[in-house]
Amino acid sequence: MTSTKQNGEVRIGYFVCHCGHNIGATIDVLKVADVIKNLPGVVISREYKYMCSDPGQEMIQEDIKEHNLNRIVVAACSPLLHENTFRRATEKAGINQYYFHMVNIRENASWVHVDKAEATRKAIDLSRAAIQRVFFHQALEKKQVSINPNVLVVGGGISGIHAALTLAKAGKKVYLVERDPTIGGLMAKFDKTFPTLDCAACILTPKMTEVKNHPNIELMTYSEVEKVSGFVGQYKATIKRKPRYIKEDVCVGCLDCIDACIYKDGKYYDEFNVGLSKRKPVYIPFPQATPQLVVFDPEACVRLKRGKCKETCVEKCDRDAIDFDQKEKFEEIEIGSVIVATGFQIFDAKKIPYYGYGKYQNVYNALEIERLVNSSGPTGGQVVMRNGEVPKKIGIIHCVGSRDEKTNIWCSRVCCTYSVKLAHLLKELSGADVYNFYIDMRTPGKGQEEFYNQVMREGVHFIRGRVAEVTDWAAEKEEQGKLIIRVEDTLIGVVRRIPVDMVVLGVGVEPHSDADKIRRLFNISCSTEGFYLEKHPKLAPFDTASDGVYIAGGCQGPKDITDSVAQAGAAAAEALALIDKGFIEMEPNTAFISEENCSGCKSCIPLCPYTAISFDEEVFKAKINEVLCKGCGTCVAACPSAAIDQNLFTNDQIYNEIDGLFKYETV
Amino acid sequence: MKYIYYPGCSLKSTGRPYEESLLAVFKELQIPMEELHDWNCCGATSYMSVDELKAFGLAARNLALAESQNGINGNGDPDVHIVAPCSACYLVLIKTERYLKEYKNERKAVIKGLKIIGLDYNGKAVIRHPVDVLFNDIGLESIAKHIKKPLKGIKVASYYGCQMIRPFELFDPVHYPVTLDLLVDKLGATPLDWPLKTRCCGGSLTGTLHEAGMRLNYRLLSEAKKRGADMIITTCPLCQFNLECYQDRISSYTGKKIEMPILYFTQLVGLALGIPEKKLGIHRSFIRFPNFQALEMEV
Repeated sequence: MTSTKQNGEVRIGYFVCHCGHNIGATIDVLKVADVIKNLPGVVISREYKYMCSDPGQEMIQEDIKEHNLNRIVVAACSPLLHENTFRRATEKAGINQYYFHMVNIRENASWVHVDKAEATRKAIDLSRAAIQRVFFHQALEKKQVSINPNVLVVGGGISGIHAALTLAKAGKKVYLVERDPTIGGLMAKFDKTFPTLDCAACILTPKMTEVKNHPNIELMTYSEVEKVSGFVGQYKATIKRKPRYIKEDVCVGCLDCIDACIYKDGKYYDEFNVGLSKRKPVYIPFPQATPQLVVFDPEACVRLKRGKCKETCVEKCDRDAIDFDQKEKFEEIEIGSVIVATGFQIFDAKKIPYYGYGKYQNVYNALEIERLVNSSGPTGGQVVMRNGEVPKKIGIIHCVGSRDEKTNIWCSRVCCTYSVKLAHLLKELSGADVYNFYIDMRTPGKGQEEFYNQVMREGVHFIRGRVAEVTDWAAEKEEQGKLIIRVEDTLIGVVRRIPVDMVVLGVGVEPHSDADKIRRLFNISCSTEGFYLEKHPKLAPFDTASDGVYIAGGCQGPKDITDSVAQAGAAAAEALALIDKGFIEMEPNTAFISEENCSGCKSCIPLCPYTAISFDEEVFKAKINEVLCKGCGTCVAACPSAAIDQNLFTNDQIYNEIDGLFKYETV
Repeated sequence: MKYIYYPGCSLKSTGRPYEESLLAVFKELQIPMEELHDWNCCGATSYMSVDELKAFGLAARNLALAESQNGINGNGDPDVHIVAPCSACYLVLIKTERYLKEYKNERKAVIKGLKIIGLDYNGKAVIRHPVDVLFNDIGLESIAKHIKKPLKGIKVASYYGCQMIRPFELFDPVHYPVTLDLLVDKLGATPLDWPLKTRCCGGSLTGTLHEAGMRLNYRLLSEAKKRGADMIITTCPLCQFNLECYQDRISSYTGKKIEMPILYFTQLVGLALGIPEKKLGIHRSFIRFPNFQALEMEV
């Protein structure tokens, strides 16, 4: 022992678990208990088959009372699983839970070794380290922080809408922020949804109206989150409201200004119809846009660009709702938790030049086809190609920007089934012969395989093979004027050339190109491909590493509407659980600064990933906000004056733990 | 900086017009370049498949020679740029350079071998294709300044072949290269959209599996003709040879007459720069482009 910081006489109880065969088969548990028994400070050393069972816990509690123990070490599984169990047991027996320490001899020893002697030795080493460590444990208390019940939902697609409605129905105030002029997201652009062929608008628009009318939801469209500060329970966010050049409280959405615009026809890229039609400088994205408000495009409107125009729109507006002097505004809101549901974007097919997107006019991406087959789309649901013709033969290429080493390696999950759906719709609407080119058909989920079978029976062709290229190079007479899809049909083992009139690229999905911006605002990590990272891939797929920040829908990974809604509901429930508890308990593993040693060099401040350290100019010392501190230890290691220490990881604890690890020879 | 010219075997034989036009164009554009002294065979693709290490050793001798010929410039920066116009030489030299960089043991063996013949190899030599040099070092804009006879009215299908752009994407997109098309446009001619521009010309198949080679060859020619090309330009002596020399045979196989002039891209550049045809080796072509004289009249 290298320190004098021991508090009183230390009486350690050591308990080692067999975990059935999980530990017992690879580690000589009896020997471990025997060796540990003789270490200084150890009053009692026991082994038991299942320490986490009720009898196991009771044994610990009885020993604490009977032998007057004041330190408990349990060698069993990962603390992630049962640390809380044993902490509770310790507390029940009347001593502070932070006098307990857990040693993982399952994941860290028995499961990863085959040699029993070596594994046993390792279990002893790890246990001895823990025994030496607990000498320096202190009684600590969890901290409680109150929670603001308001929730910020970022993104107004189906996930954001569902999360917002769930929270609003539970009586919580929700700020729903959407950067586009309307909510609805990608789903609003779809015609039918797979696999049931429900009309997307019919099931989405009622929810959009509900959002608009719900007294607990403050809808902020055409707005972006600009700044976030604070911590779980007490966040502050600054929302940028972009100017629509319309008084939102006056406009009733009569759309007369659109008719009156000096542009007789649309001239600008229509975002909602993904460029298949043109819109005017003043527009409403689509008939059911929510809120029902027009928006002026400052890049297109003559009045806004040049300051001069006949202003026929202003003349026509009998409510005086148009205001060309509007500026962007910033609003600050206070919330306790956040649900990020910013969705994904589709893969840009131009990145794969050999499929001819952007080169041949009759090559479309899937989202364009969603608009083309939509009865409210640019052609009123007629399948008419850009050259004005109705296609007689259509090829749908799967995995464009998915499962591809050269672009995106992941499976986008939705493309197989949406391609099947588009095949069905295109065939139904145009009568064309439809070919699907797939690598593997991936139609998981309820009803999807059945849907695939149904569409196959309808006579849609399915060819297995990744398409090599789409070209207008006609080798035979019948290929003249067609787009030729060259593919290796791997089921019959030949290279085929299939001439078609129209090519549909089943583009994959990927994180938004500006996903990092939101990610950094809320301190969310991301996986290698850029999708937001969940706290646990299986058990906490909606939590993030930032407490009180949840993720739902496409921003977390490729998923369909069903899964997005499910995840949004789960995220909302998780937020509700947090809010309704009223406060949060924080693990006291925070860092603290010894004021007398702090030289005020500020080295620690920029290093803190959680912006938990501030600087007190008056006393010229750094200060750690205990609520923000996540206990990562970066500042502790970086402090040149060794003025920072960390609860549960004090220097004494760590050094003695290390010392314990390397004492094998002396046993 | 002085470029070092590595001709390889072709440019001294079947690809003689390539050498003539390349040297003439570089001279006209005042790009300093001198031939690598005592160069040897690059080994081509065939030697590599027989004995890799020896093949790399053979190619590396050229790289080492280039380093000793140019030296390292005053700043110690690599300043050894080898211009390899033949696509096969180009790729073999690049492969060698990369292979020796990556594999330590092989590098040691090769360097040991080179030491015996009094050479040293430091991995400083950079291998360049003349298209790359013209496009990136000289730049289309400064080439444009030298144009004396814009090639108005000629439709040109640019043929990139395989080895200049694959497998390494060094200066042009692998799947849809554009440098030659941009160059053609700059020279005043019309670049043609031709989806076969990277497709196989038959390579050595024209000699080994003749029929298969002819088929590949025919596709390129017929599609270029269908799209209204007045000529195809190439960057590789083997492509040029394959495309030009079998046209009469293909015509007799298919019954369709194909007469498509196949020029080196340097010949086209030379014409635009106003260099006489004879200096560009155009008189050596089997299939002549009929209208160059007319072009001259126009200007």
